[in-house]
Amino acid sequence: MPGTKEIRSKIASVKSTQKITKAMQMVATSKMRRAQERMKHARPYAEQMRNVLGHLTEANPDYRHPFLVTREPKAVGIIVISTDRGLAGALNANVFRQTLTVMRDWQGKGATVSLCLIGSKGMSFFRRLGVPILAAVANLGDRPHVKDLIGTVKVMLDAYRAGQLDRLFLVSAHFVNTMTQQPVVEQLLPIEAIDTEGLQEHWDYIYEPDAAGVLDVLLMRYIESQVYRGAVENVASEMAARMIAMGAASDNAGKLIDELQLIYNKARQAAITKELSEIVSGAAAV
Amino acid sequence: MADAPTIHVHIVSAEGELFSGAAAAVFAAASQGDLGILPRHAPLLTLLKPGEVRVRLPGGDEEHFFVGGGALEVQPSRVTVLADTALRARDIDEAAALAAKQRAEEALRDKAGHISIAEAQAELARAAAQLKLIQRLRKLRG
Repeated sequence: MPGTKEIRSKIASVKSTQKITKAMQMVATSKMRRAQERMKHARPYAEQMRNVLGHLTEANPDYRHPFLVTREPKAVGIIVISTDRGLAGALNANVFRQTLTVMRDWQGKGATVSLCLIGSKGMSFFRRLGVPILAAVANLGDRPHVKDLIGTVKVMLDAYRAGQLDRLFLVSAHFVNTMTQQPVVEQLLPIEAIDTEGLQEHWDYIYEPDAAGVLDVLLMRYIESQVYRGAVENVASEMAARMIAMGAASDNAGKLIDELQLIYNKARQAAITKELSEIVSGAAAV
Repeated sequence: MADAPTIHVHIVSAEGELFSGAAAAVFAAASQGDLGILPRHAPLLTLLKPGEVRVRLPGGDEEHFFVGGGALEVQPSRVTVLADTALRARDIDEAAALAAKQRAEEALRDKAGHISIAEAQAELARAAAQLKLIQRLRKLRG
């Protein structure tokens, strides 16, 4: 019987694919847990930083740092965080679509848009659009470090300080839960009013060397920590999305194998029946 | 000395919390010189140099942390160290920024090359499909 051999090899190939998708699913699951852990670790720093900045801005209402002043938006910068690798469902596509919406929005208002790309998927997507790309970084791996992001963020902050950008946004995948990752747009600059209502006590600090210098460094660190948090959260989202995508792929492969197995059994049965009837009719002829 | 005054100390970096707990004193290398913070210190905000932060625990033991710079904040009852995980210096940051710009330019310059690779791959896939078809036709005839 022809058929059967082809079906057998097809089943074998689907099985090996399923093995790969299953392995990828398990790897993504464990990596997701670790990424969530790192997300949690990044939280205290941002909280403490907000706390300090709240006290600082409240105690010095007359000192206006450029990062806190809202200018008319003529040029907008967007930092887009994407993954380095594919096979993560619609994660990157959703982030890119969100980015394009924001871009069109600002372009409609007559502002120029320039980008800063984190992750190689974003680089291959956005370089075709002809939008100026100010800075890029890729291959951060599963454990992004602050030191890998400093340069990229600095380019955008310098452009903001020099007046080449009036707004700075961050687009990345927000980790809602394992099933849901949502692309979100956050405004990084100018820093929207820092919440000072939650402060129970009020005081002014002794500054060394001076208030402006300390504030400048703290605000820069704050933005960097926001981008870092975005990068870490994006890794968690990537792993969750991949886990779900690979789980679905494994299920589909399983279904395909079942169907093929059924076809194979039928073909095998048909071959046996045919052989038997040939033998029987052969014997009858004798 | 059972109820000696203590301060609550947090040492946090962007990548994680390094220390959190009560302490009798904190010592750090600030940008204007070394500092020792005891309980009931006046509110202070200062930048740190790369170096060691020592935390003296209420029992008298000391814990040491290396920070790559950062900021130290003293509130009436607590001390917060916002530590940098990376060594920071003006020229290191500048070099990192330059590298990021270069990567962006390379990504744009690569455009032509990248498309031709994609085209070549498409061409290859088409050729392979044709080859498969020819083989199948041969099998049918043979």
